[in-house]
Amino acid sequence: MSEMAPRNYFEFFQLPEMFRLDQSVLDSHYLELQARVHPDKAAHLSDVEKRLSLQWATFANEAYQTLKRPLERARYLLRIHGVDTREEDNTAMPAEFLLEQIEWREEMQDAIAGRSEAALDRLGFRLKKEMDHLIESLGAMLDVQQSHPDAAVLVRQLAFLEKLKRDLDQAHALLED
Amino acid sequence: MLLQISEPGAGVKPQRRLAVGIDLGTTHSLVATVRDEQTVVLGDAQGRVLLPSVVRYLGAGAIEVGYEAKARQAEDPENTFVSVKRYMGRGLGDLASHHGAPYRFVEGEGMVQFDTRAGRISPVQVSAEILKVLRDRAVAELGGELAGAVITVPAYFDEAQRQATKDAAKLAGLEVFRLLNEPTAAAVAYGLDNAAEGVYAVYDLGGGTFDISVLKLTRGVFEVLATNGDPALGGDDFDRAVYDWLLAQSGLNGLSSSDASLLLTASRAAKERLSEQTEATVDTVLSDGSRIVATLSRDTFAELTAGLVKKTLTPVRKALRDAGLAIDDIKGVVLVGGATRMPCIREAVAEFFQQTPLTDLDPDKVVALGAAMQANLLAGNRAGGDWLLLDVIPLSLGIETLGGLCEKIVPRNTTIPVARAQEFTTWKDGQTAMSIHVVQGERELVSECRSLARFELRGIPPMVAGAARIRVTYQVDADGLLNVTAAEQTSGVEARIEVKPSYGLSDAEVARMIEDSYLHARDDLEARRLQEQKVEAARLIEATESALTEDGGLLTEQELEVLVKGLQVLKGAMEGSDWQAIKNAADALNEASTEFAGRRMDHSIKAALTGQKLESLGV
Repeated sequence: MSEMAPRNYFEFFQLPEMFRLDQSVLDSHYLELQARVHPDKAAHLSDVEKRLSLQWATFANEAYQTLKRPLERARYLLRIHGVDTREEDNTAMPAEFLLEQIEWREEMQDAIAGRSEAALDRLGFRLKKEMDHLIESLGAMLDVQQSHPDAAVLVRQLAFLEKLKRDLDQAHALLED
Repeated sequence: MLLQISEPGAGVKPQRRLAVGIDLGTTHSLVATVRDEQTVVLGDAQGRVLLPSVVRYLGAGAIEVGYEAKARQAEDPENTFVSVKRYMGRGLGDLASHHGAPYRFVEGEGMVQFDTRAGRISPVQVSAEILKVLRDRAVAELGGELAGAVITVPAYFDEAQRQATKDAAKLAGLEVFRLLNEPTAAAVAYGLDNAAEGVYAVYDLGGGTFDISVLKLTRGVFEVLATNGDPALGGDDFDRAVYDWLLAQSGLNGLSSSDASLLLTASRAAKERLSEQTEATVDTVLSDGSRIVATLSRDTFAELTAGLVKKTLTPVRKALRDAGLAIDDIKGVVLVGGATRMPCIREAVAEFFQQTPLTDLDPDKVVALGAAMQANLLAGNRAGGDWLLLDVIPLSLGIETLGGLCEKIVPRNTTIPVARAQEFTTWKDGQTAMSIHVVQGERELVSECRSLARFELRGIPPMVAGAARIRVTYQVDADGLLNVTAAEQTSGVEARIEVKPSYGLSDAEVARMIEDSYLHARDDLEARRLQEQKVEAARLIEATESALTEDGGLLTEQELEVLVKGLQVLKGAMEGSDWQAIKNAADALNEASTEFAGRRMDHSIKAALTGQKLESLGV
């Protein structure tokens, strides 16, 4: 992109390469950057400056979205460390986790069948706690123990839960329509 | 007043560029500007600020726009177009019901067209006529050529509708600084200060569209968290509900299109009166002399339209959920659009959000005012003290995969500009081409999404199945417009194609339409080209000079010399009347300043991260 092209997203936002990050610093650095590179700043400038602006603002958005979301951030960190999470082909999961997944799904189906928004809300609340817990463990694994292969297992689990969360949102939409 | 944006401190005032904000609405349109630090809506010779979005084709090149056209609607319904915004970027198949629209629809290239007395006309051309009137009004009022315009679109407009709007502006001879989402424009008009920090919902019910946007306001930044809506729900539907009720009451059916038009106008008037009083009487004489008299109470009206009101709340819930927010997270609700004057809407919104909505600004003008403020900002008329808008795309962008499924590449509510890439591979040995189908929508089946473009990537070197790596990249710019590229990665042979979605007018078509309108006067066309190039060149000179003033220190003496020379050449060319010479000099200067632009950007990014905070952000 240019001589300024940073080595990675953490460097771009001047943050340490860690999973646990200070969200407010990320937010403020992101806004500082967008305030300078956003295409709105170049709307009256030459085509060259417009193009550059579009490139940088796009890059800043991608970097921010990646670091903002825990799942994306963990995947990205692992990629920096050369660890492939192999989410497409590695579906090996602890049996306990899989059983739990089945239970979640059954409860969701019941809530939909019973057209119960309240039941969906309760599920959503429990899921949120479960995800927070997993994110906490990911932090310890990545930043403290620095055990990347083990972290990859947790990333795959978190991806499962995120999918569940999306399905839960869809179920809500379904009940409303 | 919710908020106030203060003008930045004194400094050397550069020459102001004339810029306008245009609200191109379903039922009426407005143009506004910032003049002497005041944001004002511009009126016509009679001081009327609303321009009815009505265009009538009289034949032989004669066209009426606005009040005149509206007055003739009942007598010439087939050639008089109202609510044309509903047809922008829409094919015949999209129009579930034309619901009594008296036009002679024809299937056009990706978009419906109308057969009129003046031949086939597309919704883009009709919209361009409205924009031309507003442009001329602004030029007359401001006394000079416009540097550019911000044109608003419903947040929930899809790619086809946005592209159609931009094409209309191009056809009307407007330089579009930006397409801005209507609710975001309204948020800008309401402005922001410390007291306004927090999350706001903008409920925007226009003549033909409904939008809901959830925005987070932090000092100087408007960040759209989620947007949703219904592109085919608006005040017009409430008129229609009254109309249907009148028909049922009077036992009429099969009205002629002029009678239908007459009754619809009466229905709208009754609806509007019900915002002020508790009952309204319709008394209309039809063409056969029969008279319709009926009295509608506010309560009956509320019953008739309860379904429509409820229909707006579904997108509201979806937007809140997408933003991950609950009702008590919303600090304020802003009402936009003339249709929000209806008491039944105000009550429903207040009940849903458990608070009284904000209505300080005229709901008809607020969008145009915000667009004008943004246009002024984009024109570079405000040094420092700016605000920043971070908007999102309303609908997911995906690609067709095996089995007619849609794989999402850019999910809805992603902040723009954005680029996302996905890799695909060949599935047959020796496959040298791959077809790519770009779609938009939330459904899993491609058949239930909107098809944006199909194209084929050719020239893939023959390989075994699964060996090729085809990278498909979606880039959405700050206007919310999409560009797709595909490239095969492994072979070093890079095939690449850029798509302009199929419904959009090609640049050549737009050029032809513009030329058509100058058909009888070739000199006019030459004059216009010269004028365009001069405006463009002046813009470039100004941008380059201010860049040199700010950051000239980033250049070596030699580099500086090259740019100064380039400026001289361009200024010289501008003295003459050869538009091609001006264009060549401008292209050369652009080329010469590429490296400088890159260095400036790097410098700015470095400054952003080394603590040279922007005062406006104050973070």
